[in-house]
Parts: sequence; structure tokens; C-alpha cells
Amino acid sequence: MALSGLEIYKLLPKTNCRECGFPTCLAFALALAKKAVALEKCPSVSPAAKEALQAQSQPPIRLVLLGDDKNKIEIGNETAMFRHEEKFHHPAAIGFVIEDSLSNEEIKQRLDKINKLQFERVGQLLRTDLIAISQTNDAERFVEAVNLVSTLVNFGMVLISNDASALAIVLKSLAGRRPLIYAATDKNLAEFSRLAKEHNAPLAISFESMDSLSELTKKANQAGVPDVVIAVNTGRHNSQVIWELTQLRRQALKKANRSLGFPLITVASGLGSYDEVVKAGDYIAKYSGIILLEGFKEWAVLALLTLRQNIYTDPQKPLQIEAKLYPIGNTTEASPVLVTTNFSLTYYTVLGEVEASKVPSNILSVNTEGMSVLTAWAAEKFTPDKITEGLKKSGAEEKVKHRNLIIPGYVAVISGELEEKSGWKIIVGPKEAAGIPSFLKNLG
Amino acid sequence: MAIELVKEKWSNAVATVVIGATKEEGGSRATVVKCAGEEGLPFLFAEGKIPNRPVIAMEIFDLEPDDWPESLKQAIGSEIKSPVDWALKCEKEFKADLICLRLSGAHPDAQNRPVDELAKTVKDVLRATGIPLIVLGCGEDKRDNEVLPQCSQAAKGERILIGEAAQENYKTLTASVLADGHSIIAQSPIDINIAKQLNILISDMALPLERIVINPTVGALGYGLEYAYSIMERARLAALCGDKMLAMPFICFVGLEAWRAKEAKALTEEFPAWGSQIERGIIWEALTATTFLQAGADILVMRHPKSAEIARRHIDELMVV
Repeated sequence: MALSGLEIYKLLPKTNCRECGFPTCLAFALALAKKAVALEKCPSVSPAAKEALQAQSQPPIRLVLLGDDKNKIEIGNETAMFRHEEKFHHPAAIGFVIEDSLSNEEIKQRLDKINKLQFERVGQLLRTDLIAISQTNDAERFVEAVNLVSTLVNFGMVLISNDASALAIVLKSLAGRRPLIYAATDKNLAEFSRLAKEHNAPLAISFESMDSLSELTKKANQAGVPDVVIAVNTGRHNSQVIWELTQLRRQALKKANRSLGFPLITVASGLGSYDEVVKAGDYIAKYSGIILLEGFKEWAVLALLTLRQNIYTDPQKPLQIEAKLYPIGNTTEASPVLVTTNFSLTYYTVLGEVEASKVPSNILSVNTEGMSVLTAWAAEKFTPDKITEGLKKSGAEEKVKHRNLIIPGYVAVISGELEEKSGWKIIVGPKEAAGIPSFLKNLG
Repeated sequence: MAIELVKEKWSNAVATVVIGATKEEGGSRATVVKCAGEEGLPFLFAEGKIPNRPVIAMEIFDLEPDDWPESLKQAIGSEIKSPVDWALKCEKEFKADLICLRLSGAHPDAQNRPVDELAKTVKDVLRATGIPLIVLGCGEDKRDNEVLPQCSQAAKGERILIGEAAQENYKTLTASVLADGHSIIAQSPIDINIAKQLNILISDMALPLERIVINPTVGALGYGLEYAYSIMERARLAALCGDKMLAMPFICFVGLEAWRAKEAKALTEEFPAWGSQIERGIIWEALTATTFLQAGADILVMRHPKSAEIARRHIDELMVV
């Protein structure tokens, strides 16, 4: 558990020497507790205090890096069991398992498809992160397949193999890309740790029981492998998997168990079936830092990337866009003006429909502090006054010659007052964004 | 050294709500659904009993819905034109645990169907099927206050679940539910305080807590799912820590929300990069549903038979201890 400012203060020299830039040791301790300053600023800290404080300054779940500098993937460093307590920080990395038994041609085709799995949603680009190559045969073929994949795509890589000599070869050729070695067991831990250390690669560790896992991670750490990922066995009933994922997160966060404070990896097997997708959904919601899939259908990946985006959204800070006038298409001074909120989801939903209508239009986004239309209206953030202010500030009155404003159907009740306050003629639009295309086309 | 497991100790359980009554109990149902009653967080069997599995209600309309995508209509088949045939198909073929009848035809903008006709539809569905029933109004308060008391009376003794009560409109429905021995759906707009307040108001009218189900108002995958997800987690944690006014089952209208999503409705030709519409729609509803299971959903109200089947199979697996 994190130490409080007072607990840290007890470990400091209490000389108030001010060398750290703070007026007192207590002030420095409070800043340390908030992780706002580094301990190195204190010139006379004792070695014992240093050790205690460094241990506490480490995150309860280690941040593990995969991939090269251009395509860096960070997982772990999570601090909460529930997202309402604190946002989940590092979105789960999602990847695909490719077996080396496929022909080179098949692998190329699959990578080609995977490369295209990118979706824009709510102003963010959603894409997958990893390719996992699984060894099914001899070392020679595995090396060939890994080299093929690594030259064709710049995804992060996972090497699924229990063949240390094959791994030694591919790790050499993947220098700098930090692939994840998957996975060490109690049988080969020493050998795999040596490989991970030598090639500066993170190491996944699979396990029989949590007791043995704790010993394995300690051994790996002692062997010079700090970056561990815990491989949770998903070949069991889902309730057992969820119990283990939850338990591991709790061990790290609630008991500060360093030997279990690592990100988790799961494989949702099921060859692209619906069942694989909903299982992967559970793993996203329940703390898995990496999820590997067998299937790579567009609809499945779109659904899972969307779920990841939802779960990893900061609940304290809804996605917002800048409140201003957005011209869509080749607008003229006669183009319609539609008003909506600055909540990203609302704005992008409206944007999508305005684009689909092919009617050049202006969208006025009003600052509702990231609330949707009805919520903002109820909270008095989408009022005639606010909208009038938005119209003035945005320069809408210079941009168009007409004075017709289209408002969302759900807030039809504000029409009268808004008309009075703004001086614009109010046209009540459809309730749902889906109604916008036909509405704009029939506007005349 | 042995790892000591972190097991949460909870002081309260979620109430068990019973929907449906057999002949011996004064109704005519062949099966009865026992809902919720869990003593811990979803599927963490080591921490508390989870006596009842989450259930799936399949949603039917008294009038053929006019805003459903073709792919969804086709999955139901020609029975979509008759609530009785549709209900029967949900029971026999789609293996629903419950039927959820939405009286959309009551709405003044739809057909404004007469009250006795709507009450007859409720009776007809009950007569034709053996599984428990949920009845929903059209969402227009004034009309629902006319319609739902009659429907409640028509189903007297059947212990149906009926909705929805809201903060500004709960008295009429609560009175009916009390008189006719049913349970009520209390709807709140993704707001834990309103959810609690409404439960207090309803229970102040002497309706027992084990006859209230919370509708937290969910959003679909990609459309605000995370808001409801976190509200449900918070409410459930409060319930398990002892807040009896939040310790009710959750009902989640996932079909309603998922099939409004563009990702569920858009044709393959419109967005080829999104893959086949049929599967996309099915997974959109299924994944919305299964994600809410992890936040504590007890009743999933669903539309597509295939999505319901995926969710049911997933529940089967989650319930294996």
C-alpha cells in the first residue's frame, strides 16, 4: 500500500535543510506521497529510508513495455479495481495468434487483413497492437515465420514457443523490438529468464497455482528479468478465469504483493466464434492487460476495440471536443446550422449523419462540459443562454446569412425561449441523429 | 509461502425477486423465475452464494416494430406480426426464460390502441405461454397511467413484472402493482441517487423491497455503455455493503439500446470495413449483454434470438463453479 505523507516524513532526516526546494521536510514528504517530486532531491536521505521509499514509489502493478520506439505498447501500472475509483490507465493490448503451420502466402494474406483492421470512433483511431506467432513444428519454420511477420508489419510481437533454441535465434533478429516471450513454466524458467535478460525482452510466465507463481516471478526477477507478464490459463471455465484475474489484481493492489504485481495476459480461444468474442470481452472488462484472439473478423474486432475504448475511458473526464462551429463539406453562407453538445460521442454521432446526408452543413458544438443533449439540458448546461452564447462566440452569425438554427428534437421545449434570446428562428430537428440525413435532405 | 487469497466479506445480499406464479400459487405459469439474491460480486463464487443465474427475457411488441433493421426482423420470422405467435416462438424455439411484452401500440403517436384491447393482448400472451411475463408501457406517462393499471389487473395473480415507474411518475403504477400482487421496474437515468430515491419512494407506498427491480438505463456498446457499467458497479457495491435501498436486481434493456447503434444497423455495403452486418448486429447485442453481466445484470432483455443464445451459453459457462 502507498505510504502517507506523514509516514514518509518519519523516514526523512527532518533537518529542514531546504536543499530539495521545499521549505520543510514535511512539505517534501507530502509532495513525495503525491509522487510530485523525486526522492533524489533529498541530499541526506539514509539508505534504509531510500529502500523503503523506493519500494513504495514503485507502482503496485509493474508497467511493462513491448514493441520498439516507433510502436511502443505500455501495459500494467493499474491502480484500481473499479473504474469509478480511478480510470484504468493503459488500454489492454489486443493481438492475433498466427500459427507457423500456415504457408507464407497464408500468413501474408492474414497480415494484410489484420493491417486493415483500423476504425475511427469518436475521434480516436482504434487499432490492434500485437501479432503472436505460435510454433507448431521445428525451429527452422518458426524462425522463418517470425522473420516474415517482423519484416511485413510493425506490430508488437509475442513469441509463443517452448523451444529455447528457436527463441534464441528469433530474439537475436528481433533486437530492439521487445517481443514478449510466451511462456516460461516451472520447468524452463531458468533458461527462459536467461533469454529474456540477454535480449532485454519481457517474459510471460504460466503457472499451476498462485503460490508457485509467486515463486516463479521472484526467481525471474532475481535472474535479472524485471518485466514479467502473468499468463492466465483460459482453458477452463470462465468463472475460474474471472476469479483468477480478479484475485491477481487484488493481490497487487490490496496486498501490495510485489511478486504478483504484473500485467496479465489471456488467450481467448474459439477460432473467431461469437463465444470467443464475448469471452475476450470479459477479459477486457476484468483486468487483462493483453488479450490474444484466434479470429480476425472485422465485426468481432470492431466490437472488441469499441469495448476497450469504453472501459478505458476516464470516467471523471468524458471525451470532449472543442466547442466551436464546425463546417462540414463545402459550406456556403446558406448552409444549415445544427446545434449539439461538445460530448464527443454526441458530436461524432451527429457528424457521421451530417456527412452521410451529403448536405454541406455547420455543426455548432456548445460547451456542455462533455454532457450529452438530455443530460446537459437537465443539468442546465444546454440552455437558451448557453446556446445563444455559443452562436455569438463561434462566429456563426458571420459565417451564414440566414438565421435558422436546427436543435435536437429532445429539447424542443426550449424553442420559444431560445428564439427570443438568440433572435434566430428555431427549427426542431429529429430526436435521434439517425434521422438527420432525411431531415436535411427535406429541408428545402 | 502460501498466498493468502483476498476475499471480500459482504454484509448484505441482493433481494430475490420472484416473477411468475404457478397454478398452486394462484397463477397459471408452468415455470417461475427466481431472480438475483446474490451475496457477492458477479461470478465470484468463492465469496458469496449466487443462488440464481442471470436470466434472459425476449422482447416482443404488440405491434410489428417499424424501426427494426431487416436482419433483426428476419431472425424473428413472420411471427413478428402477432404478439401471441411471437411470444410462443420465444418460449419454444428461442428458449427465453421470460417474455417481455412492450405495448408500443398504446402510444398516441402509434395506434393509441384502446385499453381493453391492450389488456386482452396481455391476457392472450399469458394464455398462450407458460413462462413468466414482463409488461412495459409505451413510455408516454399519461397514456401508460391509463393502460398499465388495466393490464396489471388483467394479469392479477400471475406475479408479472411491470414497468416502468420513474421519479416523476410512480404512484399510479405502484398502487396497481400492490393491489394485483406484481413487481415493479423502477427506472432511473444512469443516476445512482435517483435510483435509490425512487426505491425509497416506492417502498414508502408499502411495496416490499423484494418486489422492485432497478432499470439503471444502460447504453449500448460504444454508446455510453461505460456509464451504466460503472453506475451498476457502484450501486451493487453499495448494496453488498448494506444499502438495502439499492439491493435490488438489475434489469438491462440491451436489445433496445444495441439495435439503435449504427454498428448494429448499418448494411454491409455502407461500411464494408466493419464486416458482415448480420454478425455485426448479433455481436453488438451479445457483447453489450455479456459485458453488463460482469457489472451485475440479473435480467437481460434481448431481441435477436442468436444474441440471446450466445448470452445464454456464456451464462451457462459463467455459472459453473
